[in-house]
Amino acid sequence: MLVKVRLFARLREIAGASELARSVPAGATARVLWDQLAVDFPALEDYGNVVSCAVNDDYARLTATLNEGDEVAFLPPVSGG
Amino acid sequence: MPSTPRETTADGRYRVTSKPLDSTVITRLVSAPGCGAVVTFTGLVRDANAGRRVLWLDYEAYEPLALKAFEQIGDEAAGRWAAVRLAIHHRTGRVAIGEASVILAAASAHRADAFAASRFAIERIKQIAPIWKHEHFEGGEVWIEGATADPLDIAAREAAFERACS
Repeated sequence: MLVKVRLFARLREIAGASELARSVPAGATARVLWDQLAVDFPALEDYGNVVSCAVNDDYARLTATLNEGDEVAFLPPVSGG
Repeated sequence: MPSTPRETTADGRYRVTSKPLDSTVITRLVSAPGCGAVVTFTGLVRDANAGRRVLWLDYEAYEPLALKAFEQIGDEAAGRWAAVRLAIHHRTGRVAIGEASVILAAASAHRADAFAASRFAIERIKQIAPIWKHEHFEGGEVWIEGATADPLDIAAREAAFERACS
């Protein structure tokens, strides 16, 4: 199934894109999608233990199951303020 | 499906914007007849960080999620301090040295709750707002990375309450 990936800050720079389309198996979790991205962009592996994610503009767990057409954002550690 | 991106909540209290921030606006947004105190906080871009001479900051935000994070912070503050009302406005894009990157206001009947809630709000912004600083300094640039954002992390929230009340 197709999902849309959004990347921010350093993660966006590593991938060279703020948005990507990806195909993942039905029932895949956000973590599965992340691991798939980390194969394409190995520098993402540094963020495996600190990345946050959001699905359709709400914070979500990496264990969240994805659905067709979901927009999945991956967020490096934040630094607002 | 994701909603259309927007930069402010309907009541204007929470905003992510590339335009300069105005603390008189934010004070007005939280003031009410029952309020005896409004505390405002302004975060400015500093010219030095970790031994580097900072030239400017570029802020990147995930706007719709940032607005939701600000609303969560407002709800958490109101849950802790009855009748506290928050407003938070945060910049995006390039922000020069000395300019405000974030302003917030906390209104309450009495000053103690307004001071505490304002401190809580800025601590919580740094924990869960999906916003990033890209620091441009003499000789290079670097993404600043602080907390792993987890709005359900109770220990982090309690640490923010603790700092607010110490």
